[in-house]
Amino acid sequence: MEVVLPFVIGSLYAMAIYMLLRRSLVKLLIGLGLLSHASNLLIFTAAGLTRSKAPVIALTADQLQPPHADPLPQALILTAIVISFGVTAFALALAYRAYRSVNTDDLDQMKSTDA
Amino acid sequence: MHEIEGMVNRYLVLPIVIPLLTAVLCLLFFRKPKLQRWIGVTGAAALLVVSLWLLGVVRSQGIQAVQIGNWPAPFGITLVADVFSAVMIVLAGVLGVAVAVYSLESVDAQRQAFGYYPLMHFLLMGVCGAFLTGDLFNLYVWFEVMLMASFVLLALGGERGQMEGAIKYVTLNLLSSAIFLAALGLLYGLAGTLNMADLAHKFASSASAPSNAIITALSMLFLSAFGIKAAIFPLFFWLPASYHTPPVAVTALFSGLLTKVGVYSLIRVFTLIFIQEFDYTHTLLLVIAGLTMITGVLGAVAQNEMRRLLSFHIISQIGYPLMGLGIFTPLGLAAAVYFVFHVSLAKSTLFLISGVIGRLRGTFDLKKLGGLYQGQSWLAALFLVAALSLAGLPPSSGFFAKLSLVQAGLLQGQFVIVAVSLGVSLLTLFSMIKIWNEAFWKMSPTASEIEGEITLQKDWSWLAPILFLVGLTLVISFGIGPVFQIAAQAGQQLMNPQLYIQAVLGGGG
Repeated sequence: MEVVLPFVIGSLYAMAIYMLLRRSLVKLLIGLGLLSHASNLLIFTAAGLTRSKAPVIALTADQLQPPHADPLPQALILTAIVISFGVTAFALALAYRAYRSVNTDDLDQMKSTDA
Repeated sequence: MHEIEGMVNRYLVLPIVIPLLTAVLCLLFFRKPKLQRWIGVTGAAALLVVSLWLLGVVRSQGIQAVQIGNWPAPFGITLVADVFSAVMIVLAGVLGVAVAVYSLESVDAQRQAFGYYPLMHFLLMGVCGAFLTGDLFNLYVWFEVMLMASFVLLALGGERGQMEGAIKYVTLNLLSSAIFLAALGLLYGLAGTLNMADLAHKFASSASAPSNAIITALSMLFLSAFGIKAAIFPLFFWLPASYHTPPVAVTALFSGLLTKVGVYSLIRVFTLIFIQEFDYTHTLLLVIAGLTMITGVLGAVAQNEMRRLLSFHIISQIGYPLMGLGIFTPLGLAAAVYFVFHVSLAKSTLFLISGVIGRLRGTFDLKKLGGLYQGQSWLAALFLVAALSLAGLPPSSGFFAKLSLVQAGLLQGQFVIVAVSLGVSLLTLFSMIKIWNEAFWKMSPTASEIEGEITLQKDWSWLAPILFLVGLTLVISFGIGPVFQIAAQAGQQLMNPQLYIQAVLGGGG
């Protein structure tokens, strides 16, 4: 798995960047979504993949028995997922409002504020 | 011993809790915007008082740390306040008060009815959290708190320009967050911790440190992530495309605080964690600093819209604290800290003044403005203080900030960046004089235009914040001796990461 996942993450990043560079507002949002997935998977992989038990101390033991998974990356990813959920929801609403007020989803038409 | 420390340290959460409480109170009275205003102003004032107290404590008792939930240091989340953090929180308090008062009349009723004040305080909470946290992942969370609030503040109102600006702002900031997150994942995989003090400790002791090349490669990811937030060259394009679109009060708050959080994070990680190959990293920082100054100021020179012109100056001025960081001596960092404080005051003042001008004449276009000196000579005087301070003419705060940066640069033999910084100051002066000539000095192009009147009695909420900020600029200009001592202490602490590590991980180190 540790050999496969970097390729998955890499392609996710590539797809995300490709989508971000398109002119369509909707594709931009898809790109942002893919980007956060790629980052979450990256945290997951970088912390090391192990086929081992949950980090729960058994009733009979007084400390954690060695083959166990690191719980922290999961906690980090969970936080990141929640945040990206909120942010994506906001971005969707924003894109809709922008579409309504500019009347196009072509990013090349949204240049009136550029310096 | 530990118990007594805990009593003082627990109050470290106040700069986060006060804006949170204020925002929640405002939300409770969502249907009463009048009441929200006063809650908003009171909350900001309380934040200012607490921040001054915190600065006093940190100055006299050294770096303060508190372990949230009483989890010991590398495992739980740590809040840390050194002098640099405390100074930045004072800055947040000062700008919070000024902008809260300025918003009373200048932000329209519609925006206030849709939660302007709660959002502003959520923004302040995110900013203070970012300044206080001692954990990199927690820093990411505070960034997001701050960004969410800023997204909504930027888009609130829904004008066409705001929508277009917000799309760019949101996209690039989310990109930056994704890079930051990726960097965090890799760093955790590498070091097994995200506590800043623990990271610094692990990377410093040669036994447990990964190879320098990997650490430096990672530091570049952090540089890109924080660089987008700080709007450094070549990552600044979102800023001039979006900052001039919301109401001036919002722009003033953003210009004073948001990019500064990026600068704060850069200074924090590049003094505490990524100092292994500082020949390479800090030289790169100097190069970026120079290019940021030049591109920003050249962009500003070409502008004729006052708010856009000032937005480009934000970018240009970001180069100076980076220069202090790149020089990497106690004096350089002290100058950087002083510079950040000074430039946030000056910049926000200029934006607030542009708001008053916009109200008087209904336009921000320099070509259409003119003759303001005739009717509003006191406004011209206030503008002049802030503008000359930004350009760095003696005896203003900008002069001392740049003087100490130049001094630090010369001591280290960094002549190129010193020359660039001085040249850019000249161009800054040029574009400040351009505003002065066009808006204040030349005859008004439309002579018959009816000019709104603005007086201190009637419109105190517009003018009091400007007076407050200009007064503060004068205080840090003429009180340079004692004020610079605070900055010098911050510089000392930043250059001695051991102090920070000890405060977080305990005496043994």
